[in-house]
Amino acid sequence: MSKMTLKTEGDTHVIVTRRFAAPPEAVYRAHTEPKLIQKWLLGPEGWTMPVCINEAKAGGKFRYEWTNGKGGGFHITGEYLELEPYNRIVHVERMHLPDPTPDNHIETRFEADGAGTLMTMRMTLPDGKTRAAMLGTGMERGMEASYVRLEGML
Amino acid sequence: MIKAHAEFMEIGNRMQARRSFEGSAIAASVRSSICRTRAGWGEILLLTINTYLYKLLVMHGLDAAFSALADPTRRAILARLANGEATVNELAEPFEMTQPAISQHLKVLEDAGLIVRRVEGTKRPRRLAKAGIEAMDQWLAMLRKALETNYERLDEVLAGMEKHKKGKKP
Repeated sequence: MSKMTLKTEGDTHVIVTRRFAAPPEAVYRAHTEPKLIQKWLLGPEGWTMPVCINEAKAGGKFRYEWTNGKGGGFHITGEYLELEPYNRIVHVERMHLPDPTPDNHIETRFEADGAGTLMTMRMTLPDGKTRAAMLGTGMERGMEASYVRLEGML
Repeated sequence: MIKAHAEFMEIGNRMQARRSFEGSAIAASVRSSICRTRAGWGEILLLTINTYLYKLLVMHGLDAAFSALADPTRRAILARLANGEATVNELAEPFEMTQPAISQHLKVLEDAGLIVRRVEGTKRPRRLAKAGIEAMDQWLAMLRKALETNYERLDEVLAGMEKHKKGKKP
């Protein structure tokens, strides 16, 4: 049984949900504190995140850099628009490959679900073409993808 | 077909190359998340799954489809066609590519059985074939797996946080 769902909505949205066996506070912290982020937001084995700058406040910037230790790597940058501890995060982000991809607008909600948390991430791309193009890059790196590059279809 | 084989071998090679990371600082977290048993067994398991997947693909005749999907432009074309039928002009528009270049991609997709064409006057609109939908599903499943890996790792981080919290309480 997979706890994660991934689906597209309309032309420009991608929705991801996942349940966690920890309260919203813990899940929120794991999404906003660099020391915690660096432990899990890594994609497949072999990749690390040597740079994790994260100003978790409205207007704050973040920058995550990944490397496979063999010269391969990429980074994303973004800005926080709204933060409501421990319920909601709204931010925009783009991937640099090295040219920046169009902005992905992401709202992440953490809701208490029994003793755990239901996380719902709603991504909004500028248009359907961008989502399709992202789907291309995401799939290209499917084996190497981190959840920051979520794309889906059908 | 040969290309698909090569690609799968390439994925296998990359996975193997990554294993040389075992001794590095990240190895501990990698091991705990990827290889729930001993690291050595985990490696074998990964290789087995990879080979098994490869066999399955060949068995189901999906290798040509995977070869066709090796190119991001072709995947984007499929994604566009998932929204409905489109002419060559419509398909060429978002890619800043010449029509012949797009036609070449369409031919690869057609040969792989992922798309079909219809005749309408001088136009030849393309649409997604059933195999095309299935192939994209397969890619999506691979992405899903990569994402799930992150979240499984997050599960462990959260379990660690809870333990830490409980340990601090009297």
